[in-house]
Amino acid sequence: MSDLNNKNTPLLTLENIGKDFYGNRVLSGINFSIEAGEILGLVGENGAGKSTLLNILFGMPVINSTGGHEGKIFLDGKPVNFTSPTQALAAGIGMVHQEFSLIPGFTATENILLNREDLNPSSMSYIFSERVSTLNRDAMEQRARAAIHTLGVNIDPDMKISEMPVGYKQFIEIAREIDRKNTRLLFLDEPTAVLTESEADILLIALKKLARSGIAIVFISHRLNEVKDLCNRIIILRDGKLVKDSPAFDLSVREIASLMVGRENKTENQNLNNDTEQKNNNDDSDDENLKSKRKKIKPALKVEHLWVDMPGETVRDVSFEVKRGEIFGIGGLAGHGKLGIPNGIMGLYPAGGKVRLLGKKLKLNQPRQALNRKMAFVSEDRRGVGLLLDEPLDWNITFTAMQVQGRFLIGIPGIFQLRNEFAMKRTAKKFIDALEIKCTGSNQKAGELSGGNQQKVCLAKAFVLKPEVLLICEPTRGIDIGAKNLVLDTIREYNKKNNTTIIITSSELEELRSVCNRVAIVDEGKIAGILPASSPAEEFGMLMMGQNNTEEVENL
Amino acid sequence: MIGKFIENAGWPRIIIALFLAGLFCAAPFVGVRVDTSLSNTLVRFGMNGVMVLAMIPMVQAGCGLNFGLPLGIIAGLLGATLSIEWNEEIFKKIIELSAQYKITWLNAEFLNLHHDAISFASAIIIAVPIVAILGWFYGKLLNRVKGDEMMIATYVGFSSVSFMCIAWLLLPYKNPTMVWGYAGKGLRTTISVEGYWLHVLSDSLAIDINEHLRIPTGMLIFFAVMALIVWIFMRSKTGTAITAVGSNPEFARASGVNVDHMRTISVMLSTILGAIGIIVYEQSFGFIQLYMGPFYMALPAVASILLGGASVNKAGILNVIVGTFLFQGILTMTPSVINSYLQTDMSEVIRLIVSNGMILYALTRKVRAGR
Repeated sequence: MSDLNNKNTPLLTLENIGKDFYGNRVLSGINFSIEAGEILGLVGENGAGKSTLLNILFGMPVINSTGGHEGKIFLDGKPVNFTSPTQALAAGIGMVHQEFSLIPGFTATENILLNREDLNPSSMSYIFSERVSTLNRDAMEQRARAAIHTLGVNIDPDMKISEMPVGYKQFIEIAREIDRKNTRLLFLDEPTAVLTESEADILLIALKKLARSGIAIVFISHRLNEVKDLCNRIIILRDGKLVKDSPAFDLSVREIASLMVGRENKTENQNLNNDTEQKNNNDDSDDENLKSKRKKIKPALKVEHLWVDMPGETVRDVSFEVKRGEIFGIGGLAGHGKLGIPNGIMGLYPAGGKVRLLGKKLKLNQPRQALNRKMAFVSEDRRGVGLLLDEPLDWNITFTAMQVQGRFLIGIPGIFQLRNEFAMKRTAKKFIDALEIKCTGSNQKAGELSGGNQQKVCLAKAFVLKPEVLLICEPTRGIDIGAKNLVLDTIREYNKKNNTTIIITSSELEELRSVCNRVAIVDEGKIAGILPASSPAEEFGMLMMGQNNTEEVENL
Repeated sequence: MIGKFIENAGWPRIIIALFLAGLFCAAPFVGVRVDTSLSNTLVRFGMNGVMVLAMIPMVQAGCGLNFGLPLGIIAGLLGATLSIEWNEEIFKKIIELSAQYKITWLNAEFLNLHHDAISFASAIIIAVPIVAILGWFYGKLLNRVKGDEMMIATYVGFSSVSFMCIAWLLLPYKNPTMVWGYAGKGLRTTISVEGYWLHVLSDSLAIDINEHLRIPTGMLIFFAVMALIVWIFMRSKTGTAITAVGSNPEFARASGVNVDHMRTISVMLSTILGAIGIIVYEQSFGFIQLYMGPFYMALPAVASILLGGASVNKAGILNVIVGTFLFQGILTMTPSVINSYLQTDMSEVIRLIVSNGMILYALTRKVRAGR
């Protein structure tokens, strides 16, 4: 490796990188390169393909075990193909993951230098191997101190990880990558997500300093202001494609947001979009007619100051109203609490605050209460909560109705009732036909169906309850495009036919905009704003990124 | 066709069944009568069936195999011993009551005629409330250790047996047929039920095909009735909820089912069946075995249902019938056939290999059976 060579060829070049998981395409045709000392911002919505791209570059086993990737990667102009993270590390690529990979019981020093410790020479190590030598604690502390100092923070190297505030842990993770002598390229996945504003500022300064010393940095963040401040160049991914690669000063935060969520040139969503427009037109006329009427009707669901303690999806303070017969969307980035809202209302996770269903107060924390009041729930965790994988379809579809509403039973209520297999099968058959669930019959086990058909079973389970208010979480997660449209159509149709109030929670904004009347965006456990579905995409994008332009938020 | 059958039945069952068939074929050549063997197998099937049945509710509720069966057995033993201790009082009371309410058919003659059956029923009637209470606490305990039920259950069984070892000595039993002769107090290790309810089920409606083959119809009918009760229960609203809890507790919770309550019910039911099971066992065996008697009683029952094709989280009546028959068949045939052939006592060895091997096999399959 000559210096001259380094100057002419970029540090890292990607050519036509693509990846699909079992026919589900997540990345295609990614081309870009990074120079030494450059800071590159990588932005995109959840599911845009950022994590997959990182996994490919870092040689994570998940890529290899699912058939590798397409395209070529060049490091210093030479093609590389990492099959394990160890190889990537050896080549000088460092990565700081979103989740900490630190040992809680070890000190900062021990964590930073894990497996690269300074050793005391001893005679034993000649006879056996280095594995038996003792550690040179003083030298290690020096090194750890130096690495932490580079970041511009003051953390005691002897402090245990378990005793540190979360911001410190993030610094320790980065310090570990800096200490590696050969690190030339550093990937940071949402490093500022857990930091306070002042900590984030310190980190950004430290990163600029690192870049000046010749380390290239790829910075991933949802805080667009940070990305714009820090990075020289910004790359925007959407639906697995690179939609923009331009110097940071050419783009405004608003432009970035709209490019991330933008709707143009998406063929598969064309018909959805047409639908949206039609729907919106209808809505407009509907709204004119119904506005006065609707105002008098009590809201189907009124939520005030709801908090939900759902791990990873904490809801802090949420208030909103849903009109009767409306399809209401809840969107936002993963981890900001949008899934916590329906789970909390159904009583599946500890929750507090006030929820009024059709004007009457709903007791929280008791799923039975919510079900008794004619609410139904389709969980985002299909296999974990939504289905009895080892039981036949008729069980899955009718079980909740049997337990809650006492249907599909014969005998004397309250004394002894047997399940009515005949009625169960008949109802299951009806829904299998109506929703076109592909299966061998109502006897097939739910676990044997494909994702899309399982989702339809979950919907059937909710429809059987004849709900007044239906909560649906992530209706299209993990199912293919064709099934997606079918599921969305089913929801739309059910709403139209029965005038059921439906609340959909989804990570896919396009989907919400195509189905819902109004969409609320959740940011950090709070509602950032509620917009009509017809609002331009970039406004939703701005809300998601925490750019709360209150004057644009319609107050409903 | 054959492949399909093998897949449905499972290799362990086919191997054991072939082995059992082989033993029946070999029997005449070593001078063992097939009809005697068949008769013994049927008797053992009837004796053990209800205790194997006791596995179903807990397995279906996701509480794992009932290694805590000795707890139910102990309650059954209490019922059995108390029915003997209070035998005279019970009959006096019945006569008193029948006189009071003028039930003419319930007279001394009727009581004399059906003395054994009434004693037997009294044993069950005394045992059930005791075992229901024990089962309730046992269920509450298992709700606190979700995921480790089988290990905790094993120790519940063991420790309850040890506790009762003290209790059998200290409880103020008086009946001279049961207490130690030299001290006049403390129960003996083995108590005969002769004169109370010996063979009350085995001998009723029994069909003698020839002098060697006797079908214990009464006992088999009793087992069938218990199996029917379990079958119906598992099809009731509660039984359906229990199955769903075992299949996916999160699903059940989201459907408004009280998961802990369902688990407690299933544990109570399992424990009650264990108590009834031991009383059935004793009436055929002829003796009540106290102290360390119940210590290992769970293992044959667990092995039987696993041999019948049940997994740690799914079990049905058919598994009980097939498993009990195969397991008890092996147990009956190996001592007579193999011992005659080898001239050494192999029966215990084979019994241990089959029962422990079956448990081991099923537990290693647990991972695959889960989601």
